[in-house]
Amino acid sequence: MTMHTLSVLVENKPGVLARVSGLFSRRGFNIDSLAVGETENPDVSRITIVVNAESSPLEQVTKQLNKLVNVLKIVELDPQVSVARELLLVKVRADRAARTQVLETVNLFRARVVDVAPDTLTIEATGTPDKLDALLRDLEPFGIKEMVQSGLVAIGRGSRSITAGPALRAA
Amino acid sequence: MTRPTPETLAHSARRARTTAEPATDAEHARVAATPAVPGVRTPAPAQVSGAGSLVRSLEALGVEVVFGIPGGAILPAYDPLYDSTVRHILVRHEQGAGHAATGYAQATGRVGVCIATSGPGATNLVTPIADAYMDSVPMVAITGQVARPSIGTDAFQEADIQGITLPITKHNFLVQNAEEIPRVLAEAFHLAGTGRPGPVLVDIPKDVLQASTTFSWPPALDLPGYRPTLHPHGKQIREAARLLTAARRPVLYVGGGVLKAGATEGLRRLAELTGIPVVTTLMALGAFPDSHPQHLGMPGMHGTVAAVYGLQKADLIVALGARFDDRVTGQLDSFAPDATVVHADIDPAEIGKNRHADVPIVGDARHVIDELIAAVTAEQSAGRRADTADWWTQLDDLRKRYPLGYEEPADGTLSPQYVIKRLGEIVGPDAIYVAGVGQHQMWASQFISYEKPHTWLNSGGLGTMGYAVPAAMGAKVGKPDTVVWAVDGDGCFQMTNQELATCALEGIPVKIAVINNGNLGMVRQWQTLFYNERYSNTELGTHKHRIPDFVKLAEALGCVGLRCENEADVDKTIEAAMAINDAPVVIDFVVGKDAMVWPMVAAGTSNDEIMFARGVRPAFDEDDI
Repeated sequence: MTMHTLSVLVENKPGVLARVSGLFSRRGFNIDSLAVGETENPDVSRITIVVNAESSPLEQVTKQLNKLVNVLKIVELDPQVSVARELLLVKVRADRAARTQVLETVNLFRARVVDVAPDTLTIEATGTPDKLDALLRDLEPFGIKEMVQSGLVAIGRGSRSITAGPALRAA
Repeated sequence: MTRPTPETLAHSARRARTTAEPATDAEHARVAATPAVPGVRTPAPAQVSGAGSLVRSLEALGVEVVFGIPGGAILPAYDPLYDSTVRHILVRHEQGAGHAATGYAQATGRVGVCIATSGPGATNLVTPIADAYMDSVPMVAITGQVARPSIGTDAFQEADIQGITLPITKHNFLVQNAEEIPRVLAEAFHLAGTGRPGPVLVDIPKDVLQASTTFSWPPALDLPGYRPTLHPHGKQIREAARLLTAARRPVLYVGGGVLKAGATEGLRRLAELTGIPVVTTLMALGAFPDSHPQHLGMPGMHGTVAAVYGLQKADLIVALGARFDDRVTGQLDSFAPDATVVHADIDPAEIGKNRHADVPIVGDARHVIDELIAAVTAEQSAGRRADTADWWTQLDDLRKRYPLGYEEPADGTLSPQYVIKRLGEIVGPDAIYVAGVGQHQMWASQFISYEKPHTWLNSGGLGTMGYAVPAAMGAKVGKPDTVVWAVDGDGCFQMTNQELATCALEGIPVKIAVINNGNLGMVRQWQTLFYNERYSNTELGTHKHRIPDFVKLAEALGCVGLRCENEADVDKTIEAAMAINDAPVVIDFVVGKDAMVWPMVAAGTSNDEIMFARGVRPAFDEDDI
């Protein structure tokens, strides 16, 4: 099994996310990560889905996704030629004794402190899943009190862009 | 004998529309090729309620009949419907409305429409919607919803029918304001009837139906993500034609898509041009005449030995509008091991789903077949032609040695196969036959000869017991001048026979042959074969206790009830039913319980393991296996 990143352009309408996510569970796929947001065109949302699957069942689920009336386009992003990022917010135990060491780790990973309390620091970091995993591994010994992660968002490198195509512009 | 009074029938006859013309192939094909806005009339913009807008949209879409039941949330729609040219048929259960819409659609090729209220009305449509989804039936289901401010509050008769039907509709809508109604209806009909057809649900809150709005027609469709591919890729067609003229053991594997595309004439030309064997699936019976010498019959679990063997030993399978369903392939790993597969379907997701396609072709079956004919003709004029003489020798030998047949019951009871065979012979190939699900369905597929498209309707994918009576009702409404017979089982019949009251009152004279073996026959057959004859909960008591008495039940529902218990009476009972045209007729054929459906490929086993009869495996030549 390998990780695949799908960029799915959909009509920005109520219920579309339920249609897409429901299809994955119905066909027996586990979504590893999912992120949704508006695109340069407010009528179009972009869903980035990371899914762990063999390539032949993945092709089937892609075809099924394409059949959804609200789905405009699906592109699988090749990790070699795309940029992928996740956002992490993590609350770390950092009393007077540990604080310097925590800040050192934060700087090392080019993360930022976004909130300070007497015994904790809240850290914001963006990066590839690998980088965030490494950061968490280094913070772990201090004591992680709480953390939250966004789904992965990804975009192709170079000047080519994925758009909903002429069908939508005409509509 | 209780029969509806002439007044009630006159009432319904007055309301009945006269649309007697049998749907031609071209008419069926039109569904698949409807232009962007399928409007037939263009009324002037007018100030109406949401409900008025709904009914005027249905009129503008050319809807002649809807099947439904009113209730609180949908009630506003029933007021303008009262004055509409659209005929509303009041059914007795929403499931009946759904299957009737399916029967209507399958018989005519037009979009079938059913209406229900919110909550339980809508959830009662779930089974027929799932059924239509599995069999790709063009259907629009319209449901009332609680008023917008109440949505999500667990209001009285609230059900999230849009959420419930997400996995079983081609698409569904929750209408958010009254202005959207004409566009949503036009989109729903367009989606249901084009591409791979399927059910579309339109859920409309009560306050949207009551709101004031402007109705104008035609609306502009807004479906940027919906672009079905109709025309196949030329390169793939040429490759398929090359294989078709080079194969030694080719088979055309024809599915329901060929009927939906109105491609049966083309199929016949393609088959005769290439001279290769044809198998038609359960959903495609009638797409190729059963009497045609190139027809091997139906493949699959209860298919003919020749059709199952033909696919299994083929070196080339050309699948046209078929989906390699598990009932056809048997154990997938061992299905047709030597075959190169050309798979043509309008739905790209079907291609390669179960069986790898060596030559995938996405397109409407009509275009695919037409272009294949041209490409094969070109190959043939270049002197290339498939040599299938040896293949035909093998297949003809199998057909001769293993024809469809049955054994007379040893206990002297009436043979169900005999009844169904005689029904087909007496009624003939012009009638429409509608089956329930189970043994009687398989026998009706085997022992009635289907010569014409759209004369065989059944629930293939979902296997919905109770489909037959309401679907026959819908078919008869769509084709009032065609004789419509339902072949039903005593189990199935007890699930939906309430619609016979609808038939009696609305003047829909369907005929029902209940193949009454007193048991859930197919389940009993499996208990006989796989559960040591332990008959757990399959005895229905329709023999032992005669509960219900189907003749009395028929009469109570305003139908003529007849009974036949021995072979000598079969013909005259069928003829008596054929002579009655002013009321629905039910015949209770009391048949033996031990008859079994053969041949059979047991579930999960390989098609190589086909049994011709109990304990009898066909003797294939050693070379063949």
